[in-house]
Amino acid sequence: MPKLKVDGTEVEVPQGATVLQACEAAGKEIPRFCYHERLSIAGNCRMCLVEVKPGPPKPQASCALPAADNQEVFTTTPMVKHAREGIMEFLLINHPLDCPICDQGGECDLQDQSVAYGRGRSRFAENKRAVTEKYMGPIVKTIMTRCIQCTRCVRFAEEVAGVEEIGAIYRGENMQITSYLEEAVTSELSGNVVDLCPVGALTSKPYAFEARPWELRKTLSIDVMDAVGTNIRLDARGRQVLRAVPRVNDDVNEEWATDKTRHAVDGLVRKRLDRPYVRRDGKLQPVTWDEAFATIAAVDHGGSVAAVAGDLVDCETMFAAKALLRELGDAKFEGRQTGMDYDTSSLAAVNFNTTIAGVEEADAILLVGTNLRWEAALVNTRVRKAIKRGAKVFAIGPETELTYQVEWLGDDLSILGDLPEAVTDAFGKAERPMVIVGGAALKGAHGAALGLANSLNLVRDGWNGFNVVHMAASRMGGLMLGYASKGGIADLHNAKLAFFLGADECDFTKFTGFKVFVGHHGDRGAHHADVILPGASYAEKSGTFVNLEGRVQRGERAGFPPGDAREDWAIFRALSDKLGKTLSFDTLEELRAAMALDCPDLATLGLKMFAWNPPSLGTTASGRIEGYPIKDFYLTNAICRASPTMQRCSAELIHGESFAEAAE
Amino acid sequence: MSLADKDRIFTNLYGFQSWRVDAAMQRGDWDNTKDLLALGQDKIIDVIKASGLRGRGGAGFPTGTKWSFMPKEPKPDRPNFLVINADESEPGSCKDREIMRHDPHKLIEGALVAGFAMRARAAYIYIRGEYIREAEVLFAAVAEAYDRGLVGKNACGSGYDFDVFVHRGAGAYICGEETAMLESLEGKKGQPRLKPPFPAGAGLYGCPTTVNNVESIAVAPTILRRGAAWFSSFGNENNKGTKLFQISGHVEKPTVVEEAMSISFRELIEKHCGGIRGGWDNLLAVIPGGSSVPLVPAKDIIDCPMDFDGLKGVGSGLGTAAVIVMDKSTDVVRAISRISYFYKHESCGQCTPCREGTGWMWRVMERLRTGDAEIGEIDILQQVTKQVEGHSICALGDAAAWPIQGLIKHFRPELERRINERTGTTGSLAPMQEAAE
Repeated sequence: MPKLKVDGTEVEVPQGATVLQACEAAGKEIPRFCYHERLSIAGNCRMCLVEVKPGPPKPQASCALPAADNQEVFTTTPMVKHAREGIMEFLLINHPLDCPICDQGGECDLQDQSVAYGRGRSRFAENKRAVTEKYMGPIVKTIMTRCIQCTRCVRFAEEVAGVEEIGAIYRGENMQITSYLEEAVTSELSGNVVDLCPVGALTSKPYAFEARPWELRKTLSIDVMDAVGTNIRLDARGRQVLRAVPRVNDDVNEEWATDKTRHAVDGLVRKRLDRPYVRRDGKLQPVTWDEAFATIAAVDHGGSVAAVAGDLVDCETMFAAKALLRELGDAKFEGRQTGMDYDTSSLAAVNFNTTIAGVEEADAILLVGTNLRWEAALVNTRVRKAIKRGAKVFAIGPETELTYQVEWLGDDLSILGDLPEAVTDAFGKAERPMVIVGGAALKGAHGAALGLANSLNLVRDGWNGFNVVHMAASRMGGLMLGYASKGGIADLHNAKLAFFLGADECDFTKFTGFKVFVGHHGDRGAHHADVILPGASYAEKSGTFVNLEGRVQRGERAGFPPGDAREDWAIFRALSDKLGKTLSFDTLEELRAAMALDCPDLATLGLKMFAWNPPSLGTTASGRIEGYPIKDFYLTNAICRASPTMQRCSAELIHGESFAEAAE
Repeated sequence: MSLADKDRIFTNLYGFQSWRVDAAMQRGDWDNTKDLLALGQDKIIDVIKASGLRGRGGAGFPTGTKWSFMPKEPKPDRPNFLVINADESEPGSCKDREIMRHDPHKLIEGALVAGFAMRARAAYIYIRGEYIREAEVLFAAVAEAYDRGLVGKNACGSGYDFDVFVHRGAGAYICGEETAMLESLEGKKGQPRLKPPFPAGAGLYGCPTTVNNVESIAVAPTILRRGAAWFSSFGNENNKGTKLFQISGHVEKPTVVEEAMSISFRELIEKHCGGIRGGWDNLLAVIPGGSSVPLVPAKDIIDCPMDFDGLKGVGSGLGTAAVIVMDKSTDVVRAISRISYFYKHESCGQCTPCREGTGWMWRVMERLRTGDAEIGEIDILQQVTKQVEGHSICALGDAAAWPIQGLIKHFRPELERRINERTGTTGSLAPMQEAAE
């Protein structure tokens, strides 16, 4: 624990901290461009120079200098001031003065720091440098003349995303950042370089020229594109959400978000259901709410009712539907639309018990039937971190590129009963072993995977290494609210009255009864419905979501649903009146109170620990894993499918189509 | 007090004899190297320390001290490495080239001795890409040494296993910077690393590494044979030994010559180069240590001792002892502008001051060359050099700044004359005022 003085203030910092961190601990702001706390240290922008005694009689880069005992750091001396002014001047001499047309304007580190630390006028009388634009894919727009060569994007691509596709070519003042052969960066995390870029060199292509940051209303929300529960901020102007950016949450997403999280928001204004519909003579006809409700009330269900929860719904919606359907008779609930029927008697047996942050500590990892890169991209980055710390990773399933070194054990599930020596050796030596079971294995190998918990000794003091990866934001919340039937969704097929809560992925032809779709997008579910009740998307309601590790999180409303659409819980509340089974809650708060009584774990936010008492299931597994559940990362739900950006990503990055850039 | 032939280390500097191993052995190389190694690691380092040998690559760090930084007990998975810097790219320098093409076995023997002293597993000789013939000689000489059992397993019968690898660079000046060289050796883009950690802690492939100049390594076996006292009998205090001087430019006979340190500039030129072209009165200025040190005007240099401290005293440095002599026919502004272009061209682009500053400085220098500037811009240029100097990751920023600082310090009247001639005014304008902040 080195003790040092920063401008006369004594601070104590952890071993291994840098002088820059010590200065921050002392409350001093140190300007920086290349330094980023989640990336390796480059030390190349030289903006963070400070004076350090003892040391050479020149300023030192504080981001790269280890803090040591008895150091004296000065951040306000003339030497430091001149150094900062000098660096600022150098950075600006070849930086274009196009702030008025730059999308970074208003949230630009270079702008802010040049105001705070620059000289105010230029002495550079020569011509400025210009650099040609580089193609980096459908997400990232480049204006490389603005680049200050901080290499944050290069380091992100290599260290976090795991794709070595961004780099610097040429040298000296001709140095340029580019993607490999100027092709699209094949990473589902590429949008993060936009946030990382301290200037306007890398900006968001779909968001180009849409808005200025000060025009945006910012709402804290939770992402629903996968089950990670990425903490996001929705930036809206008027009633349109213009962009989604990640918030910092070290336990969940650090400060990253997938491209789907960021850019599916343009699907929120397309293909929306903005009025109720009723199917008459085989065609969906627009109707009023009263007519729609009356049509439902007229269904003679005889108590045979069911609700299918879609992947994007919040707990409140599921609870409201459940509360109503319970009153109607023998209600069945299911959220696993694709027909999974794994045992849910113990939530710990279907939970990501190690926690997302805990993955980093693991020293031996076995992936069973999961393409983690697509199913939970931000868990995948944690696995990369674990590997950097020395973890060994094995995988069962069809080989795929996971961005790190994996020892593939084939796609035959029977290997679970007879693991090769390399695996048992590594797990025998491991102190923090973990198994991650994906959707492709849950079907036939859930029991066998649970058997590994014993045979590989995954559960020990302060460590639970058994993990299941879910792909739907609603899944854990649904399981907690009882959206699971013993036989899976097949149990619901014969319900006389079935409600689909934004469910678009199930096989609707199997449902024989009356189908009511409550959702926000005109996707598969709406096409098969007899009645459509237009609901709100995740951006338009305050909702509780439980992520794959059992973390209860709440997102706030960023806007209102379009047209006649309403928040889902309110729809069920109104419908309950018409059906003569009036629900007990009139406000969202009352609903939440009722939900808390029904499921106490949802009463408070934060990580829920489920007791480890796995069911005893047959531990033999056989068969091959034919493929992973996600066939196209960019088109996994109704919002993505409505999003032009996601469609283009899919076409270009998955299906290899090339797009000609318009000449400008 | 100039050097006698018997005291020369590099006895085949001019290639009058063969570079082959047999000829080298006749000249005394590989003579009972086993006994040198039998001195033991600590003793070898002590002798080198006592000899006062300072690094010959330019910085002048005491070589023995540098070797002593290496871990005494290397771990099997983290062996020590010796990297020999033969990327001789400094404009004006040409000494390593003479060693490698005419006396390569001195270098290879030195690699073994130095490598043994620092407990290194292997030596990597990183040779400049343009040195094609020199690399051929070096490859052949290393092969000869392997054939004779001089290096490799049980090198020279000493029981010590030591490998020597020759690696050819691709011609980037920056790869002569020690950490950029390590990056390049690892197959990456040659960009200097941040220090700390220093190479002695984490160098090549993260293992403890010492990077030495060719000359520093090549003189080591002779120092061990003839003793520290012999070596330190040359030169002034703190600047001991003999040194290869490379005199180029406006002298009658440009040459590379081994001389005692601290020889005066006048003696060096008179004795080995046949004097200044056009006589001593025709001398304008001298760049005494390769392009990266400031120039020294004639009156300061003539009787200056050519060593680290003596040249520091006149505001310059010994560098690689590449003495560039300029007589009065030289367009000194153009000369420095050309050097400035070199640094602009060779900047790696990693850190801001050097990437942006070298281009700016060169462009202003080009305008000053023709006088297409204002007087105040000389001051701005001076300030820009100060903004680059000391703010960059490696020393290339300093090296780009110093020649210009030297020019402004000693030849400002010449710069002003050109500006005034072009604008047709006489007398100097007031320096441009900075706006109050």
